[in-house]
Amino acid sequence: MSARRGAWRVTRGLPRRRARLARLPATAVAMVALPAAARAGTPMYYLKTFGAKGNVSVPLLWGLLGLSVFVILAVSILVVIGIARGRRVRAGPPGMILPVGRSSGAMPWIYGGLVASAVALIGFASWTIAVMATIDQPGRPAAFTIEVTGQQWWWQARYVDPKNPSREFVTANELHIPVGKPVHIKLVSRDVIHSFWVPALSGKTDVIPGQVNETWLEADRKGVYRGQCAEYCGAQHAHMAFRVFADAPDDFAKWWNHELQPAPQPAASAKLVALGEQQFVLRCGACHAVRGTSAGGDRGPDLTHLMDRTSIAAVTLPNTIGHLSGWIADPQQNKPGAKMPNLDISGPELTAIRTYLATLK
Amino acid sequence: MAVAEYEKLPRADVPSPALEKKLHDLWETKPGIFGWIATVDHKEIGIRYLVTAFVFLIAGGIEALVMRLQLAGPNETILTPTEYDQLFSMHGITMIFLYALPVLSGFSNYLFPLLLGSRDMAFPRLNAFSYWTFLASGLFMYSSFLIGSAPNDGWFNYAPYALKPFNPGLNMDFYALGMIFYGISTTVGAANFVVTVMRHRAPGMSINRLPIMIWGTTTISVGLLFANPAVSLAFFLLWMDRQFGTHFYDVAGGGKPLLWQHLFWLFAHPWVYVIVLPAMGIVSDALPVFCRRPLVAYTLVILGTITTMVLGFGVWVHHMFATGIPFLSMSFFSGASFIITIPSAVAVFAWIATIWTGEVVLATPFYFFAAFISMFVIGGVSGVMTASVPADLQLTDTYFVVAHIHYVLIGINLFGVLGGVHFWFPKFTGKMMSEAIGKVSFWLIFVGFNVAFLPMHVTGLLGMPRRIYTYPENVGWTTVNMITTVGAFILASGILVFLVNVVVSRRSGVEAGPNPWDAPTLEWATSSPPPPYNFPVMPAVASRHPLWEDRLDEGTGHSSVLRGLVLDDGKETLATSVLDATPVAILKMPEDDPWPFLVTVALTVGFTGLLIQWWWMGGGAAIAVVIGGIVWLWPRADLGQKAGAAYE
Repeated sequence: MSARRGAWRVTRGLPRRRARLARLPATAVAMVALPAAARAGTPMYYLKTFGAKGNVSVPLLWGLLGLSVFVILAVSILVVIGIARGRRVRAGPPGMILPVGRSSGAMPWIYGGLVASAVALIGFASWTIAVMATIDQPGRPAAFTIEVTGQQWWWQARYVDPKNPSREFVTANELHIPVGKPVHIKLVSRDVIHSFWVPALSGKTDVIPGQVNETWLEADRKGVYRGQCAEYCGAQHAHMAFRVFADAPDDFAKWWNHELQPAPQPAASAKLVALGEQQFVLRCGACHAVRGTSAGGDRGPDLTHLMDRTSIAAVTLPNTIGHLSGWIADPQQNKPGAKMPNLDISGPELTAIRTYLATLK
Repeated sequence: MAVAEYEKLPRADVPSPALEKKLHDLWETKPGIFGWIATVDHKEIGIRYLVTAFVFLIAGGIEALVMRLQLAGPNETILTPTEYDQLFSMHGITMIFLYALPVLSGFSNYLFPLLLGSRDMAFPRLNAFSYWTFLASGLFMYSSFLIGSAPNDGWFNYAPYALKPFNPGLNMDFYALGMIFYGISTTVGAANFVVTVMRHRAPGMSINRLPIMIWGTTTISVGLLFANPAVSLAFFLLWMDRQFGTHFYDVAGGGKPLLWQHLFWLFAHPWVYVIVLPAMGIVSDALPVFCRRPLVAYTLVILGTITTMVLGFGVWVHHMFATGIPFLSMSFFSGASFIITIPSAVAVFAWIATIWTGEVVLATPFYFFAAFISMFVIGGVSGVMTASVPADLQLTDTYFVVAHIHYVLIGINLFGVLGGVHFWFPKFTGKMMSEAIGKVSFWLIFVGFNVAFLPMHVTGLLGMPRRIYTYPENVGWTTVNMITTVGAFILASGILVFLVNVVVSRRSGVEAGPNPWDAPTLEWATSSPPPPYNFPVMPAVASRHPLWEDRLDEGTGHSSVLRGLVLDDGKETLATSVLDATPVAILKMPEDDPWPFLVTVALTVGFTGLLIQWWWMGGGAAIAVVIGGIVWLWPRADLGQKAGAAYE
């Protein structure tokens, strides 16, 4: 259990390779030592900036919050004082004639209130437009594009290098971006409306079938940022999360190169792995792709480098061999309604498949 | 319509027991089942609206409590995802459509003729019809639970998830047909309010003497007449897409999912004002009674009410900031969403100024109204935050917006309504509500509501998305959700105490007399509860506060509520001119009539036929509706009006 919790933990500030260490309970100790540990418990918090968009929009959010709290307190205090200071009339039995008056001098309240609210609102409207203009486009052109396809209930990501089409690949549910560089995101949907949201890095952009929406991400610190679908999209809307890993540029380049590789061929000696590959192609290949094999389906996530990911099923479960086996054996138990059916895979088949999957590094 | 000849000039007189008996016999609803389904008495219909709306409030509340149990902790399994989706959808539909407007329609139906010094709504049978269709459409949508196929795409019902490939059950058909059905109710109800306020007023009640609640309801009724067609069309197109393979929203056929959102929010944003402006009107009329002075800035508050409704039609895109709308149009809608706050700010300062310059009576209704002001402001400023596009891109579809909408719906609507019930209960029943129980219920509701929903803003700032049936334990949402669940149960206990108060006070409350609060408007000039004919003689008014005018030195003449025109030649009331309310005709009002009920039954059968695709059943019912309508509307000599040249 502790291992599972450890793997779950968002490990902001850790380089990606060390993130695997997060599966160890010792990570908890490491995280206390990190400044970002305070955020680890609330990975979807967006009142602290981690990138270019937040640098301008987080102050606006705090400004709006400050204004709101001020107005609420001011009005509430005025109501309470107004009740406390004035003369009271004691209610008598029903129908008793009570005094009625019309003291003058009330209109300054209205004029004062009108002027104060108009000034505040116009001020914040102007600030809003200024921030909108800033976050509309990144400060400099993005180096590459990630085409994210939202679908019930996971995220496919296609990395596209505009200068070199051969460097394209597909992965799922865990994006990597280089620190300090803007990344262009193209959003398409394969079924219903979803919404792409990484709170620490950017507000929401809806993912709408029949149209391509665009946004951009830029993280100025290494770390793991949680994202989640923010538009209701059906039964498993709750389990349609993803992770964005902001890596040092070198690590990011290595990761991209690694992702381009096809899956390794099972060694001749590894009989169980070879059997697992066979079973995988037979039972799973209609929906899942593993490049380098004849499994080429694209209904489900591309699993070529499954073991590079920290989670499975759109961050529903940590990517441990135990959870992976449980997931394959009974996806409907873990994520009721998910598009991956229960396939009645036998014990020996499952052993072979999971042994094979464990080699997809 | 108007018949040129008239038989006699009505005389002005004071009421006599003989006159009251005669009027009673003329206006009383006949006892028994027939009377029960045929009544056109606006007071009976108003009470039915109120009771039915509270029943739906309780149903929606129970749905909410079950969801709060599911969300009390991470990875709970009390509900399956499918069950949760149906519950949150029906909770929204119930509270927004089946509680929030109908409860206000209840007040308006009961109070319009009384506040206006008239004897009934302009179209009493249409009034009955609007209630029956509300009830039938509500039951129609709720019947979906019986076959386990309640609507499951939220009240906002976005396409394409609402289309058949993703949602093959009857769930969406219940909602689409139910909302078209419900739209009939709100449309005819709105038309009735508009005509009533234009033609059924006491002589002398010019438009600058109307109570603010009248202005609120009239404004939203005009708004509804413009907003309703959009949503009826949206749901009709959805149903066509589902049943006949049209492609309005279906991408595969060149349709546009965003078409749904535009049509829906073009209706649903004005709807937010529809369910708050009359509640604000209740407070604007009733709060001053407990401050012992007229409302400050009457004219500006009314102008603010109308401005809010008009601007309310120009801000719908702020629900769609994340959909990829171009920069320029987002700026426009963002600016408009900021500006719409200003007319509401006028109302807030008017209420505060009324308290500051008045003398406060600390009765239970005042507690609700004073709390209402703070709740109104919380719901208002969190709305302003979502007007700011960069902020909204983070806040939208999180629990921050859930908190916001509950401050609007509970803080503004429910607090106004509960204050209004305590205020007018004596008029409805002749009995006072218990002050002691009332204050207990107030504090439970006030504390429970704020414990539940104030921390929910934080839940949203911690990034919890809406409409998720569960959440993991490592995202920091556990504590705030537990607090909200506890608050929700405290709030529910407060509502329970309120209901106990209603039952106990109705049976054994203190006798109220005609005007227990010493309030200024016409409904307090007649007995509690009012007789079936409302006023034995037709009152005439010369100021905004007929029952206070001697003490306020207001107006140019004297209102006359004890002596007035005697209209006893059948069911009669007075028609007046639109702006100045000078009398122009004597109207003959219809007797109890079963046809509104029967037409509603035929409509229900017809919509059921469409639902289960028994087209012959839908067609047969349509013919029945037409026949029923013809019988209902067949010209009758006894409804001929007498136009009096002497009045013009």
